[in-house]
Amino acid sequence: MPTTEETPVSITAERQIVTLQAGQAPDKDWVIVTRGIKREYDMGGEIVRALRGVDVAIRRNEYVAIMGPSGSGKSTLMNLIGCLDTPDAGEYWLSGDLVSSMADDELARVRNREIGFVFQTFNLLPRATALHNVELPLVYAGVPADERRKRAKAALDRVQLGDRMSHRPNELSGGQRQRVAIARALVNNPAILLADEPTGNLDSTTSEEIMRVFESLAASGQTVIMVTHEPDIAAHARRVIVLRDGMIESDDRRERFARKDGERGALFDSPVADHAIP
Amino acid sequence: MPFLDAIRLALAQIRVQKLKSFFTLLGVTIGVMFLIAVVSIVEGMSSYMEHDFVGKLVGVNTVSLRHIPEIGGDVSEAEWREMIRRPRILITDVQPVVEALPPGTLWSAEGYDNVSLSSQWAKPTMLQASAVEGDYFKIREMKIELGRVITPQEMAMGTPVVVIGQEIANRFFPNLDPLNRQLKVAGLPYTVVGVAESQGSIFGISLDRFVIAPYRSPLRHVVNRPLVIDALKIKASGDADMTELQETIRQVMRGRHKLRPSQPDNFAIETSESALSFWTNIKSKLVIAGVVLPAIGLIVGAIVIMNIMLVAVAERTREIGIRKALGARRRDIMSQFLVEAATLSTVGAAIGIVTGILLSQFIAAVSPLPATVAPWSIVTGVIVGAGVGIISGIYPASRASRLDPILALRSE
Repeated sequence: MPTTEETPVSITAERQIVTLQAGQAPDKDWVIVTRGIKREYDMGGEIVRALRGVDVAIRRNEYVAIMGPSGSGKSTLMNLIGCLDTPDAGEYWLSGDLVSSMADDELARVRNREIGFVFQTFNLLPRATALHNVELPLVYAGVPADERRKRAKAALDRVQLGDRMSHRPNELSGGQRQRVAIARALVNNPAILLADEPTGNLDSTTSEEIMRVFESLAASGQTVIMVTHEPDIAAHARRVIVLRDGMIESDDRRERFARKDGERGALFDSPVADHAIP
Repeated sequence: MPFLDAIRLALAQIRVQKLKSFFTLLGVTIGVMFLIAVVSIVEGMSSYMEHDFVGKLVGVNTVSLRHIPEIGGDVSEAEWREMIRRPRILITDVQPVVEALPPGTLWSAEGYDNVSLSSQWAKPTMLQASAVEGDYFKIREMKIELGRVITPQEMAMGTPVVVIGQEIANRFFPNLDPLNRQLKVAGLPYTVVGVAESQGSIFGISLDRFVIAPYRSPLRHVVNRPLVIDALKIKASGDADMTELQETIRQVMRGRHKLRPSQPDNFAIETSESALSFWTNIKSKLVIAGVVLPAIGLIVGAIVIMNIMLVAVAERTREIGIRKALGARRRDIMSQFLVEAATLSTVGAAIGIVTGILLSQFIAAVSPLPATVAPWSIVTGVIVGAGVGIISGIYPASRASRLDPILALRSE
């Protein structure tokens, strides 16, 4: 790899540099850095090694898909990235904070401020209105009621649901529910939007609609990480990490992935230009 | 999570499941209802005893000298046998006692018994009639509605005149002006000169059923053996020392009964406090009942709430997972469920307070028991309600707060 001042360092090389500096806080441009994270589960006496040392480095504003067959450890990785769980070994830095050594309440605070979740099953509170659902993260952030309302309305406007604020989830279509969930994920201005199979419960038209929302969020500078097993959904991302047996199998620009999938289009530009440092 | 939001959430939860909430609340409601009702009745009786009963029967600043106490507590067989052998108080004891007391002290000697009363308009009936001497009307602070009290001249002369209570007036002179009409007291002709204002009743017993005649009138021969009186009442003037007064009376009477220092008193000096002591005794037992009965309801209520909250935690595991994923800390989840349990049982307590007040009013209306709703019992009801909720909510809430968000999100 050329490393002179004139020639930009490739994303892969940079990732390697950043993941190898164990114990050091990464540059704040790296929103996620994991260094050799491991996670094991005790399933009734049998130890399942879900992650066996994963290095991931994701820059601010990246749009990344995490793929892999079931049992590959992608859910475990998502739970760790989402601060719902902590690794048994290794480091996880999120927005410059060492999350892997945090206690429960600190993790809750990080989830509240840094992460916006979008789930396959939407996970809206069924008896609360769309507005109240979107307000929820702000409630736990201790935002006063009137500001909460204002920000929740703005977030709903952003996903074109400003006119459905007082509807309950069962009065909304699947796509609308997922957009409420996206509004909820965005309302705290999180460092990362973390989506777990966001289109898994939607038909293909609605899936496209949701993917366009992600697209525009990514275009506006939001870091998006999406876990999916559907290649055509992953194809929307600009980078695809594939896990297998608890290890990273590949970490590529989508070009290679798309080619594999047989799709090729004008969307695919040069691998380096997007992510290179000028 | 802010407290008000938590309460709003809890109320919404109750509203969604009205029937379930109602059954959940039942135990606490019943507990608090009984607490309020029992306390109201005990308090009602208490204020009655302290203000009306003792005031009317004994009087403030008043001591009465009797051979046996009028209002006795538990008396053993032996004590009772000793009491009935005691010498009676005599009219001749009055002067030495009164002379030993400071000037301005009021006194009245009374003898009374159930005698046959009759008039032209009513059949003879056995009712209580008193023969009194001294400042009787002043001590009782009796207000006269019609006519007048018995004058000192009539007292001295033993004129056969009577002052009667409302009920006597109504019974023996129906729809008539009783003044100057004849009432036969134990067959003796008496003239009514006054009717006292109504004094109400105690536990359903009318206080307006009395006939007062001068001691020196013929009635005294009917109510007691010669010279015997039933009570000598002494009312101290203003701020006189009651203990000293009682001691003076005691010494005079011990002298007159020729008691040696080793012998106990063979007479009773009653004050409003001593009359109350028997009540205090009963009251403490009633209060225990008033605490134990509701406590059972509250314990049942607490168990039910704990159960319901455990079910709620299980049913809402996913909600807990969502909340945790969105940044709820352990204490947020904990307080959410605690507030919910507390709100639930406070609502139950509030219903219990209302029904308890209604119950005590109902009891007061259909029975002679008086009822006064004590403000402290309402405060206690609310605190107990919230307390039961919090205590029974701790375990379910802490279970909820400890749920693993990943597992909770996966639950159905």
